[in-house]
Amino acid sequence: MNYLIGIDVGTRMTRALLLDGQGSVRGRAERETGARLEPAVEEALQELCERAGVQPDEILYTASTGYGRYRVPFRQVQITEMTCHAVGAQRLFPGTRTVLDIGAMNSRALRIADTGRVVAFRMNDRCASGAGRFLERVARSLEVELNEVGKLSLRSQDPQPISSICAVLAESEVINHVTAGRPVEDILRGAHNSIAERLVALVRQVGAQPEITLTGGVTKNLGMVRALEERLRLPLNVSPDSAYAGALGAALLARRRWQQLVDSGAWSQRQIIEGAGPQSQCSSLSGKGRRLS
Amino acid sequence: MFVAGVDVGSTTTKAAVLDENKHIRALSLVDTGANVVRAAERAFREALRQTGLEEWDISFTVGTGYGRYRVPFGNLQVTEISCHAKGACFLLPLTRTILDIGGQDTKAIRVNEHAEVKDFSMNDKCAAGTGRFLAAAAQVLGLELGALGAVAAQARKPLKITNVCTVFVEQEIMMHLARGCQVEDVLAGVHSAIAGRSVALLRRVGLEEQITFTGGVARNSGMVQALEERLKLKLNVTPESQHIGAIGAALFAWERTARGETEKETHPSGSSSIPTGGT
Repeated sequence: MNYLIGIDVGTRMTRALLLDGQGSVRGRAERETGARLEPAVEEALQELCERAGVQPDEILYTASTGYGRYRVPFRQVQITEMTCHAVGAQRLFPGTRTVLDIGAMNSRALRIADTGRVVAFRMNDRCASGAGRFLERVARSLEVELNEVGKLSLRSQDPQPISSICAVLAESEVINHVTAGRPVEDILRGAHNSIAERLVALVRQVGAQPEITLTGGVTKNLGMVRALEERLRLPLNVSPDSAYAGALGAALLARRRWQQLVDSGAWSQRQIIEGAGPQSQCSSLSGKGRRLS
Repeated sequence: MFVAGVDVGSTTTKAAVLDENKHIRALSLVDTGANVVRAAERAFREALRQTGLEEWDISFTVGTGYGRYRVPFGNLQVTEISCHAKGACFLLPLTRTILDIGGQDTKAIRVNEHAEVKDFSMNDKCAAGTGRFLAAAAQVLGLELGALGAVAAQARKPLKITNVCTVFVEQEIMMHLARGCQVEDVLAGVHSAIAGRSVALLRRVGLEEQITFTGGVARNSGMVQALEERLKLKLNVTPESQHIGAIGAALFAWERTARGETEKETHPSGSSSIPTGGT
């Protein structure tokens, strides 16, 4: 069988997704990225192949994305997050015209044409306000598990405002709220509202058009989705695969690229010229990728 | 006659007691923690304990700092900008510019020869360039705050820290360490980054010599050095740098008392009660 891999090396999570030659999703694997990126990348790929029962020589093409995309040794190509999330979101929801990707450290809003082409793009990458890390800090100071914060926030009756934009200074505000005896769910709802406000501003800057699809790891947080829907007054597209949208987009683009090479006859030629099949590409640690868009 | 100043900062709370000759009789410092009111009381009581005075011996108390309105026994509240200016010019009369790096904000203040504030600029929107930034870096590097200066001084090849956001810098530091960079080189980079932001703030108010460095971060010799290198100027740093706001507050209290005002006349809530709870 022929397989293609998309791997999204994010600031918090590394996610890999396996596609077969027909374009169907055949497996997913994720790891915490950690400070050294390579172990997470290797473990995620190993798990992906093992669980799907795929041999390394069956992998034809690997595309990487995310902030660590240049640190994936066996990639054939690296692609910007923007392109991957656009393609991934449109695969999950074909009616997507706006994508809001909420990552651990960056958030980005994209407006895309029906062809999948990105026509407008805004990003918050200077600070952690409006990103997942803001919630992580709040969760930590409240001693709540990160995967609980969304559910808890939905129980809030009286959301407490968090006025600091800075994730670090917001912690002090959270502590003040705790001292004042405010319930945890009200403080959490305030934190979600604060992030939602910044994200909505980002979406408006690109000129949001329905349908709006959420991508990135923070989409797993239902409280965040609700807070955004309340502010945008629109239903938002979220799927269980939203967190994998970047990896999915990368895998789909890898498949497209591979198909182009096959169609042009360059694929078989390349294998002859390089004197080795894709096998050696998978194990090569110094493989250089080409930049695609 | 004795007067007191209490500076309730975001990270630590400081109190100062002065006598009728403006001599500093006590300086105390406690962690602010989550309960601002209790921190103010604890700092105040600790200063009293050092002098052997009782609450009723203090004829006037001025509160300052971000929690100043919560000082339960304060007769008057004065902004930390005025208090830092007052305190710095009292200790170092030639001061014309003050850089105050606190736990959660950084201020640059320009004063004239009468210790009057002429201009100020502050960063209180984000933790970049504040003590919190340094504390976050120390935590990632596994160092005590008090050790930072000495460790940074050992740097041979200071790294460039490219991020502004404290949260992102934590990640950047982890990446540097994972790549095998030396702790001291990373730390020197962090100091240099804060110095860069502080100098920008100082230039906004107009740099005039002499410059006095106040706030908790002034105790960090690495920070003093990084600032001096960037400014190509010497900075005034006194052993009381962390208490300058409280001393300034006490000086305002002294002035009020000298003018003959008493606690009962000026207490904002009209009560003269002094808390008896304590810690």
